[in-house]
Amino acid sequence: MYEGAIQDLIDELGRLPGVGPKSAQRIAFHVLSSDPSDVKRLAQALTRVKELVRFCTRCFNVAESDLCRICRDPRRSDEVYCVVEEPKDVVAIERTGEFRGRYHVLGGAINPLEGVGPDNLKVRELMMRLADGTCKELILATDPNTEGEATATYLALLVKPMGLNVTRLASGLPVGGDLEYADEITLGRAFEGRRAV
Amino acid sequence: MSGVGFKGKLYRDDALVLRVQKLGESDRIITLFTRRHGRVRAVAKGVRKTMSKFGGRLEPFGHVDVQLLEGRSLDVISQVEGVDLYGRRIMDDYPRYTVASAIAETAERLTPVEQEPSLRLFLLTLGAIRALALGEHGSSLVLDAYLLRAMGVAGWAPALLDCAVCGNPGPHRGFSVPAGGAVCPDCRPPGASHPAPATIELMAALASSDWQVADASEPNHRREASGLVAAHLQWHLERALRSLPLVDRDDTTRDRARDRKERS
Ligand SMILES: [Zn+2]
Ligand SMILES: [Zn+2]
Repeated sequence: MYEGAIQDLIDELGRLPGVGPKSAQRIAFHVLSSDPSDVKRLAQALTRVKELVRFCTRCFNVAESDLCRICRDPRRSDEVYCVVEEPKDVVAIERTGEFRGRYHVLGGAINPLEGVGPDNLKVRELMMRLADGTCKELILATDPNTEGEATATYLALLVKPMGLNVTRLASGLPVGGDLEYADEITLGRAFEGRRAV
Repeated sequence: MSGVGFKGKLYRDDALVLRVQKLGESDRIITLFTRRHGRVRAVAKGVRKTMSKFGGRLEPFGHVDVQLLEGRSLDVISQVEGVDLYGRRIMDDYPRYTVASAIAETAERLTPVEQEPSLRLFLLTLGAIRALALGEHGSSLVLDAYLLRAMGVAGWAPALLDCAVCGNPGPHRGFSVPAGGAVCPDCRPPGASHPAPATIELMAALASSDWQVADASEPNHRREASGLVAAHLQWHLERALRSLPLVDRDDTTRDRARDRKERS
């Protein structure tokens, strides 16, 4: 235990995701030995992110105004929505340049063990967006893990009566890997998602 | 293994994956329920990278064969093979997923001390996840059977026939969670409920794996039994289970339709 300001900083850093007590200590002492102007810039970045960045009122992506950059773009299609867990997934999909529709950011995946159910995510908001019938295809791009798959299963069941075309991102073998090392779940999914050549 | 920074030894066991939690950039903490070493929390390094050697083998609810390296605070998973990766059949069915989560959380709570073997509960938990994945019975029934029998292992199964207070031979109409289950008219405390006799019969069938009776039960008795089982469980646990209120119980009709389809 240290005293006063340095311990306060260690405590605050230690509450960040993925930062253990040892890392918190290391970062705190790094900050202490850094140039004052560097530290000021970091402090300003932290304050500004809370002041300026909010969530898009339509798709819940990060935004600097009421609507995010993608929701404001008139060239994008309103007929297809891509549902993702986090804003960082929007960035990842945008990097591919493959998708020209709109997004809907759930804010996580359904995880009963962590107490996260459908009501804790932006599911009701998604249903409200779909109600006007403009959207014709819903791409479920939640993470390819158990929580993400279960969330996609839930959403597919929920929107079924709306008669939308619901698709799930293909998942399968990572490029660069050997087939023999693939586990049964990955290989099973890859078989399911096979395509004509 | 010199130079790795671990002085511990390697050990191997088969285990059920109960929970996975993110750690740092690409690692996860995996909570395993092992056959011989009880509940173990271990680190899986690099598991979130797409090229990880672990692949999908350390996803929740899988039965796996693991090799672990003893660490100072957490053990480290060095190898894993799938025995039966049930996750696939669970995540494609939402009610099953919520039930599997409740089973995993219960198993975790009933093994408060890490590395303390609990073979009976391990086998019970593995059996419940398998039954759930195979879809042999309604998932809500599988959960209630598991909870009743797990409470039996923990030593606080509800009395379902004789009076929980005086042992007076039953069946009795009264049921009181604080009193410990079925109660005779003499012992019935204020606030005791009067479940349908068929509900108590269903609970007894679930506790003794009499699936013929359980599968034939009516939806309203299933609902009442689920309520009593959950109340009994919560009464004995210090903190409420987070997953139990999120269980999708609305599966009885769907399960039956699917069972018919799968059998034909
Ligand atoms: Zn937006
Ligand atoms: Zn009595």
